[in-house]
Amino acid sequence: MRAMLALLKKEFTEQLRSGRILILILLFVFLGIMNPAIAKLTPWVFEMLSDSLAENGMTFTNITVDAATSWTQFFKNIPVGLIVFVLLQSSIFTKEYQNNTLVMTLTKGLSRYKIVIAKTFLLSILWSVCYWITFAITYGYNEYYWDNSILYNLVLSGICLWLLGLWVVILTVFWGTLAKSNTSVLVGTGSVFLISYLVGLLPNLQKYTPAMLIRTATLHTGNDSISLYYTAMVVTAILCIILIAVSIPIFNKKSL
Amino acid sequence: MDILHITDLKKSFGDKAVLKGLDLSVPEHSVFGFIGKNGAGKTTTMKTVLGLMRADSGEIQVAGEKVTYGQTITNRHIGYLPDVPEYYSFMSAAEYLSFCGEITGMKKSEIRTRSQELLALVGLNGESHRIKGFSRGMKQRLGIAQALLNRPKLLICDEPTSALDPVGRKEILDILFSIRDQTTVLFSTHILSDVERICTDIAFLDDGVVRLEGKLSDIKASYRTEEYLVEMEKENDIQLLLDTFKDCRRNNENEIVVRKSSKEFSEVMRFVANNELSILKIERLEPTLESLFMEVIQQ
Repeated sequence: MRAMLALLKKEFTEQLRSGRILILILLFVFLGIMNPAIAKLTPWVFEMLSDSLAENGMTFTNITVDAATSWTQFFKNIPVGLIVFVLLQSSIFTKEYQNNTLVMTLTKGLSRYKIVIAKTFLLSILWSVCYWITFAITYGYNEYYWDNSILYNLVLSGICLWLLGLWVVILTVFWGTLAKSNTSVLVGTGSVFLISYLVGLLPNLQKYTPAMLIRTATLHTGNDSISLYYTAMVVTAILCIILIAVSIPIFNKKSL
Repeated sequence: MDILHITDLKKSFGDKAVLKGLDLSVPEHSVFGFIGKNGAGKTTTMKTVLGLMRADSGEIQVAGEKVTYGQTITNRHIGYLPDVPEYYSFMSAAEYLSFCGEITGMKKSEIRTRSQELLALVGLNGESHRIKGFSRGMKQRLGIAQALLNRPKLLICDEPTSALDPVGRKEILDILFSIRDQTTVLFSTHILSDVERICTDIAFLDDGVVRLEGKLSDIKASYRTEEYLVEMEKENDIQLLLDTFKDCRRNNENEIVVRKSSKEFSEVMRFVANNELSILKIERLEPTLESLFMEVIQQ
């Protein structure tokens, strides 16, 4: 347990001193503010443009924005945040292979699985903190300006997208144990996500793919079957556990 | 007792056989020089001992325990210093040592005292900068400190001096020599003068097998040949000596090497005296590790 804590402390210190934590927190706070800001600014932008648009024969009736507009922005912007997160963290294993820093750590008799667990744990926590910061900021502004209660299943859809992000983060860990270079990690993670997305286009298989969790917009209208999402959530959670369980033996056999 | 025992170790990379049945025994409390040319298989051997590389066949025992690839539990007996040690460069030397101590399960108070002790030993006490700015020599010295942290029974150093300047080399060798009471040191090298300076035992590795192994003093004694170098003033005298004594060989224009025991060498001296030949120099030749090494690998 002390070894695990030491590893976590090391990972955290690295994230902190390399500035990655700062970048991510700033980005996700920015995204959180952007969501309601864009919603708030939309009518104003159209008003600004209305004169020139009217000249072209386009007229607008009053545009109404509400919490739903802001939440739509949220579900659009989070994937951007997730991509940046993965780009920044994809080297969490490969950098150590390239710098040979693991050799020194492992030759002290440390069990290898602890490294996988520590890195997975840290990234999961970091992703969760980033994600819920954005969620909380958006929620706060939306509550202040409009009314969050017009949306159905808001927290549930929030959990869906968070879980999807967690799965992608764990995918990068999995590819990190498998691949040697940073590029392979990104290509691997991207391909798996793409496959999941493509499989999700088939109506019969849709509910068994993690990519289902990104289509939460329909949840808010309240007329979508929630059970579809529950299935996808269970599948995704099981996939996360399998990925971690597979990463450990792969990393154990990795030649360093 | 042997702290490290390797039997019939084999390893190939593709169709290139690097280790071809290597046997090695490292006795406790020795400073063991593991000598070989570049590419002889020194690093491969060390990495297999550390469980970082899978051997094709053969057995390795560290302090009586079998080494298994991947599950490097035997590494708790070992301190390891790679040829180019790499650290988490965002830490300071003291932070790195404390990290190392924590992952090996040392007590907090022990980590503190041991870190200070070791940083003083390697001359890095009072160095508060991050490792990022360290020179090669400093990294190498920190490497020794981290390797010794949990008092290993065996310290393995992979070419600890090859990348260093003369001052850095001397510092490392002095440190390695000073710790021989606390642990067994196994270090690989191709710099023979380093070996002569500090080693008690040696093994010559060539073409994937150990060609020669034992106490340095024993090996030197058994290979000691009674050789004398005689330098004459005149070239004619050289010819005369060569004609008279059959087992002489000419070294260069005015020098010959006489290969005789000291008793027989007096015959040469008598001959020189009787014929009134004029000598410039007589020198008894000691076998150097270099000549020994060349002899062994040419067999």
